Amino acid sequence: MQMHSLAFDISHTLAGGLVLISFMMLYQDRLYSLLNVFALHAVVLALSVAWQAYIQDAPHLYITAVIALVFKAIVIPVALHRIVKQLGIHRDIESAVSIGLTMLAGMALVALSMVLMLRVTADADPLAREDLAFALSVVLLGLLVMVTRRNAVSQVVGFMSLENGLVLAATGAKGMPLVVEISVAFSILIAFIVIGIFLFRIRERFDSVDVSALDDYRGERR
Amino acid sequence: MTMASLDPVAAVLLVPILSAALLAVLPGYRLTARLNVVASMLTFVSALSLFVIERPQPGPYVLVDDLNIVFIVLNTFVGFTTSIFSASYIAHELEAGRLTPVYLRFYHAMYQTMMFGMNLAFVSNNIGLMWVAVEIATLTTVLMVGIYRTHAALEAAWKYFILGSVGIAFALFGTILVYMAARPIVGEGQDGMIWTLLIQNAAAFDPALLNVAFIFLFLGYGTKVGLAPLHAWLPDAHAEGPTPISAVLSGLLLNVALYALLRFKILLAVNPHAIAPGPLMVTMGLVSLIFAAFMLYRRRDIKRLFAYSSIEHMGIIVFAFGMGGPLANFAGLLHMVMHSLTKSAIFYAVGHISQIKGTQRINRIRGLTVTHPALGWGFVVGVVAIAGLPPLGIFMSEFLIVSSTFARQPLLAVALVFGLLLAFGALTLRLTSVAFGEPRGSKASAEASYVPMLAHLALVLCAGTYLPAPLVVWFQHVARLLG
Repeated sequence: MQMHSLAFDISHTLAGGLVLISFMMLYQDRLYSLLNVFALHAVVLALSVAWQAYIQDAPHLYITAVIALVFKAIVIPVALHRIVKQLGIHRDIESAVSIGLTMLAGMALVALSMVLMLRVTADADPLAREDLAFALSVVLLGLLVMVTRRNAVSQVVGFMSLENGLVLAATGAKGMPLVVEISVAFSILIAFIVIGIFLFRIRERFDSVDVSALDDYRGERR
Repeated sequence: MTMASLDPVAAVLLVPILSAALLAVLPGYRLTARLNVVASMLTFVSALSLFVIERPQPGPYVLVDDLNIVFIVLNTFVGFTTSIFSASYIAHELEAGRLTPVYLRFYHAMYQTMMFGMNLAFVSNNIGLMWVAVEIATLTTVLMVGIYRTHAALEAAWKYFILGSVGIAFALFGTILVYMAARPIVGEGQDGMIWTLLIQNAAAFDPALLNVAFIFLFLGYGTKVGLAPLHAWLPDAHAEGPTPISAVLSGLLLNVALYALLRFKILLAVNPHAIAPGPLMVTMGLVSLIFAAFMLYRRRDIKRLFAYSSIEHMGIIVFAFGMGGPLANFAGLLHMVMHSLTKSAIFYAVGHISQIKGTQRINRIRGLTVTHPALGWGFVVGVVAIAGLPPLGIFMSEFLIVSSTFARQPLLAVALVFGLLLAFGALTLRLTSVAFGEPRGSKASAEASYVPMLAHLALVLCAGTYLPAPLVVWFQHVARLLG
């Protein structure tokens, strides 16, 4: 019983830590610091997944943990760092909405996901239950980062933190199949995007990867 | 489960993925374009043979039943005809210098990978695998939408990617929740994701969890279906990519997402305490229909016009499936098939038209029936069909949807008819200016392949005048499956 509650506490802390770091992402106003916070996010995710692998006795989850650690916490942030440097966009992030409002919206989203998930999963075991509630919070906060940022790099960071929430949910659901495959699939997807951003630049089609600059070219060419 | 009976299923998956690998390395336009056609034809033939073979038992990964055969055959058929169209379209693009040989290789490889992803989504019996397959299909189309590397194309691809991945994320979260709901009943591991096992046990699942799961799945896959207000990626992706991709996006990829939704709708229908997915689907369908019908009036880009028309028709189809019942499901299924055939035929015509005229702007294209009779009249028939006029197939399916709705919910039917008439008005307005009147723009003769367009239109006409009895029986059976 003692062990069980310790296992519960540790996974609880790690999942809660992820939500907290998601909040930290909301108010980063520089790309470099946003990338650093994201790397931290990925490290905590890796720890959380590894812990799940240990308590569920599911060794294949260690693969997902290693992917999170190597790919998301090291390779991608380093690559994005270099891209940001090359593009010369390491100044401020232009946030579409003010930080105060963003934080309020973030709190509302977390409250929403807690109320929603804790209510509907009343019969599930408490560990999976809280894990899901935290995971949904991370997903929604990632979405919020994507919505409030106009810059392509920070949108990708938002997407990756969203995806971290999904991995958290998938590993929390005990015995779920295909988790490793899904995390590999996601990594490939992200690699494609990062390469895409990089390629656009070296082809010099864009002066910036700011999506609002792209908006000028869109659509109904009147 | 003998080997012989498994073969067509394997072929439907293996032919595209192997030819994708082959096409990625082979040089030369003539060879690869032909190989693309041959591979698509082989896939279509193996899909057809699913009708005659003894079905394999549903395994942990693969399922063949009456529902997905309809989707697979339609998918591979349109994939096949589009590959023929694509061969002549791409030849022109190479001449015009819009595509380089390297990108061409990439394009063909992606085309086959996309067919693989879509077929995998249809045959998968595992909801996790289905999700991965939809993701593969989406990712390949994102890459193809951006293939011209213009500002507009890259922006369309970026937007498609961002919205698509949010959809992907929600769908995965929903999938995880379905697994969570299944776990106490079906057991841990693989079994909790096998659709045939889920459907047997769904009555005992926790309804609250299932409800939330469906909301996420509906939002996630609904983004892919292009339902308003989640449709923002769709017009850009259609307008900026190569036209063969617009044809498969409208004709096929939207159906893949719809298929995934239908699978989960069936699952929810089994559980007596879960919410009925019907009202949700009816509302979103109706909103998409009316919204898109209004948007049709303001389009100036011809591919964008028909992209909105796709939103409109997906709205009608989701509405029909949301109404449920044997008749509405039958009509929805028929409408889906008719829409795929008609819309891809229109895009074949539009592709050649915009190549000849060198523009996609509607007001620069006039008098097509005078300068290019075959293309112009093909276009006219296609638009008349998509607008829902008799004696073509879409008239019949729309008539069935409207009449079955009138019998049950007259008020909803009024809204439906309003949307249909609105869209009809917009399309006729555009049709008269594009097809008739004083010719405008280039009059260069078309080096078009008319066969795919004519084949589709002939099928639509045939379905509108005479539906073969075995097909009707089959569709009625599938409609009952859909509940």
